[in-house]
Amino acid sequence: MDKELQDKIEGLIASKKIFLFMKGTPDAPMCGFSAGVTNVLRSLGADYNSFNVLSDIGVREGIKEFANWPTIPQLYIDGEFIGGHDIVVEMAKSGELQKKIGA
Amino acid sequence: MTVQEIQEKIQAGLPGSEVEIQDPYNDGVHIKAIVKFSGFAGKSIVEQHRMVYATLKHELKAEVHALGLETKVS
Repeated sequence: MDKELQDKIEGLIASKKIFLFMKGTPDAPMCGFSAGVTNVLRSLGADYNSFNVLSDIGVREGIKEFANWPTIPQLYIDGEFIGGHDIVVEMAKSGELQKKIGA
Repeated sequence: MTVQEIQEKIQAGLPGSEVEIQDPYNDGVHIKAIVKFSGFAGKSIVEQHRMVYATLKHELKAEVHALGLETKVS
């Protein structure tokens, strides 16, 4: 991955405590898994920023390499990769996600 | 790529694992894999999922749009 792209991705992740790479936007998710994660974050009242990977093919492919994770959505908290849809849902059920976001 | 091929790929990559594939929409696209594997012991859930994804590296780039995953230590 070139440095410019990596800097861009790192900059996005650092821009907010909770950051979500998704398909579409929180108000108009373009994939069921992205919608699922935004629903979880909304239900917890989480304050987060998101990036629509459908708007940027470089980030869309780069983020997979960056996280060593082949799918989107991807959730980051305090700069740490948390997981995709299944992990987020599971962590919300167990209460672990609430702890991480301080909800 | 059939559901059975996905199951075989995961099992080949994680020898001794038990793999159940669910295809709730019967479209072969939005599938879910439930994987039980002794090698998950001591690994975080992210690492467990990465191990499964690694067995499907090519497939996830192409045909499979979304793979739901549930991993358990067997």
